[in-house]
Amino acid sequence: MSRLGTIARRSFLIGSAAIAGGVAFGVWKLNQPLANPLQPGPGEAALNPFIFIDGSGVTIITPKAEMGQGVQTTLAALAAEELDLDWEQVRVLHGPPAAAYYNSVMLGNVLPFKDYAMSDFQHRLAEEVGRFGKVVGLQITGGSTSMTDGFVRLREAGATARETLKLAASAQLNVAPASLRTESGQVIAPDGTAIRYEDLAEAAAQIDPPKVTLRDPSHWRYIGQSMPRLDQVAKATGTATFGIDVRMEGQRFATLRMNPNLGGGMVSYDATRAEAMPGVEKIIDLGNGIAVVARNTWLAFRAAEAVEITWQSAPYPPEQAQMWEAIEASFADAPNSTMRDDGDTTNGIAGATEVTAEYRVPFLAHATMEPMNAAALYTGEALQIACGNQVPTLVQSHCAEAVGLEPEQVSVETTFLGGGFGRRGEYDYAVYAARVAKEMPGTPIQVTWTREEDMGHDFYRPAAIGRFRGAVQDGRAVMLDGQIAGPSVTASAMPRLTGMQAAGPDRVLVEGAYDQPYAIPNYRIRGHITDLGLPIGFWRSVGASVNGFLHECFLDEMAHVAGRDPLDFRLEMMRSEHAPSAGCLEKVAEMSGWTGQTPEGIGRGVGFTYSFGTPVAQVVEVAQTDSGIRIARAWIACDVGLALDPEIVKAQMVSGLVYGLSAAVMGEITFAGGAVEQQNFWDYDALRMHTMPQVEVAVLEANGHMGGAGEPGTPPSMPALANALYDLTGTRARELPLNRSFDFVV
Amino acid sequence: MTIPLTVNSTTHQIDLPGDVPLLWVLRDEIGLTGTKFGCGVSACGACTVHIDGEAVRACQVALRDVWGEVTTIEAMGTPGAMSILQQAWVDHQVAQCGYCQSGQIMQAAALLAETPRPGDADIDAAMEGNLCRCGTYPRIRAAIHAAAAKMSEV
Repeated sequence: MSRLGTIARRSFLIGSAAIAGGVAFGVWKLNQPLANPLQPGPGEAALNPFIFIDGSGVTIITPKAEMGQGVQTTLAALAAEELDLDWEQVRVLHGPPAAAYYNSVMLGNVLPFKDYAMSDFQHRLAEEVGRFGKVVGLQITGGSTSMTDGFVRLREAGATARETLKLAASAQLNVAPASLRTESGQVIAPDGTAIRYEDLAEAAAQIDPPKVTLRDPSHWRYIGQSMPRLDQVAKATGTATFGIDVRMEGQRFATLRMNPNLGGGMVSYDATRAEAMPGVEKIIDLGNGIAVVARNTWLAFRAAEAVEITWQSAPYPPEQAQMWEAIEASFADAPNSTMRDDGDTTNGIAGATEVTAEYRVPFLAHATMEPMNAAALYTGEALQIACGNQVPTLVQSHCAEAVGLEPEQVSVETTFLGGGFGRRGEYDYAVYAARVAKEMPGTPIQVTWTREEDMGHDFYRPAAIGRFRGAVQDGRAVMLDGQIAGPSVTASAMPRLTGMQAAGPDRVLVEGAYDQPYAIPNYRIRGHITDLGLPIGFWRSVGASVNGFLHECFLDEMAHVAGRDPLDFRLEMMRSEHAPSAGCLEKVAEMSGWTGQTPEGIGRGVGFTYSFGTPVAQVVEVAQTDSGIRIARAWIACDVGLALDPEIVKAQMVSGLVYGLSAAVMGEITFAGGAVEQQNFWDYDALRMHTMPQVEVAVLEANGHMGGAGEPGTPPSMPALANALYDLTGTRARELPLNRSFDFVV
Repeated sequence: MTIPLTVNSTTHQIDLPGDVPLLWVLRDEIGLTGTKFGCGVSACGACTVHIDGEAVRACQVALRDVWGEVTTIEAMGTPGAMSILQQAWVDHQVAQCGYCQSGQIMQAAALLAETPRPGDADIDAAMEGNLCRCGTYPRIRAAIHAAAAKMSEV
């Protein structure tokens, strides 16, 4: 049985029996150590899967992919903290695909708890379920989990390596280990004798690592500080290698032209004209499209356009209007989930004022700056893959299956990612490259997608409709009943990631709505799944990217009907429910000088979302100018519990905000005739230098558990903007993108 | 028949059709991969290089139309010897994913050559064609101001 099959079989235990049946199996399996994937040569040592030492020093192997979020820097700081390396001595590499680099947190996040209200017992349970990542070897960068996942593991790796090196030095110098100390990549004896780690590595590799205790936070030098990022020099000098930059001897350049009706095949094609074009070496039938291999990427692009292709139709409703109808129709189905059901939301409340609203959000593309690509070399016995990706083990197993090799015969090099945002948590781009390479054994191939191909063959953030009804009385929300309908990311992605079908209530569909820290006595959130058959996937902040908008726009409407200041209205419901969340709202009010009043021509809105373990409050300010509405300023207060690197957290918060604002202003993927209509940045754009607001960020550390940073900045930005536009214009836009309703500066 | 092309002070004889965009000559033929492909239609600025000092989109200039000497990010400075502008980028920890930054730096360098002390409006006008999906614009702006101040000292 292939490894893919093994993963699929094991995965059954996670998905269908996440808590009940699985823990026993998990514990049994968890007690077995995982093989160290690093294979040192002579003169080298890999003291554990995260620390590699050779003649030139220490390399910290990061199990997570650097896609801009600064993950390599902070993970390296965690290991270096315990290993006593000077910052200039720190080097990092992405880990190979290996079970040892499993994500210990992400699967735990499938549990239907409200993070802000989790007891310690529930946190421990989530940790247990998270360890199933070890069982299935799920190596994934996503879900804003890298810091919670790496916080203990990387420090333990550093401490274990340090103590083992001390044991080696102790044997060499014949002194007691306790008399040794470590500093600047050296073990130092009481008499001042210093031995470099690289000179102890081989001996240390023969020693069983001792048990270690981690240093008290009062001794931290790096953790909690803003460290110089390890990737900055390479990225400022054009020397950082992204997937698209991989070059091998004799390499050829290829591109794809796949069926724009996603999931449809090819009826026929005629490549006669393309084959005669300059530089074209081979045209490959991929079943649902073609690949052109040429001596230059652009020559491949041009030839691919010249292939005449008759496509099969799409396996989903081909028109956007039909998709909206399908989503609307799913409200009539029994809900897939009711993850919050407090009090009584079905009977009216005497004397209360009812509020209702319906919202729509569109499909969205990831549009990473680096288009999808991968390099591959197939030799018959082995396959080499190099690409930016968030899931090395899945890239390995699926590429192996595609070319008929065992996973052990496939090597995966993870380069820098020119943006991920969830798109590179898929592996389609690598599998296509593997299939193209198999047709040209011995020739390295770089397969680069055009921007148009990338835009039209994404795994989209699903469209959704939210129907909300609520009631206010005496200035307070007394009832909120929300229904969310749309395609399920879980249902679409689970088979791709685990080989199994999703079953049961889908938490992702309603996250960002059911799990918000508001004390509303009668409070219900239901999810309705629309089965469209369209490939959809994880988009920065996933379900919360939809539900943050729905929930927070509706709360604003309720505040207005209640005659209350929208920030105070939220704060009053939040203080008793979750103090750190209230702390974020209070902080953002203070930073922005929130008074609830804005002068003519200025509008302000507030938004709050608790997602990925981190509460984030934002205020957005818009200004009416002669050339349209401008997003002038934004303030962010977040609480990550423990900020391992405050500047990186701030950068991620700003980045999350911009990603959300860009989508809210102008992001929209629509379908016509089965194909995506948008093609490139001219019709799927984002904020730019001149439309970017000034942003201030405050990072708080009052929350009881460490939260994520990469995604939680995105959800509240969209409602904060919509609420600001209401304040400015008196028009309540209930549909994204907002440029359908307002004229922005462009 | 080959076409001569001077890049970073080295002249190459390029054996490609004349309509191949400069971007793909640099990346696939000469192996200078610091210049990035983002859109192919002059909508993102990731491929910005200089021709005789002027910032241009390399995806829109055909090989046969290149009118002068080409300068790419690789000639602006090296990891061991960065230009003032690149150092400002590092000092301000500008890059996130980093993919657009070569183009941003080349665009900013052309701005500073023409306007040594740019105001915010100058930066807006010069940089609005360079897209960054990570949203690093505030740090780019700060780095440009810092580099301008530093350059005026020397």
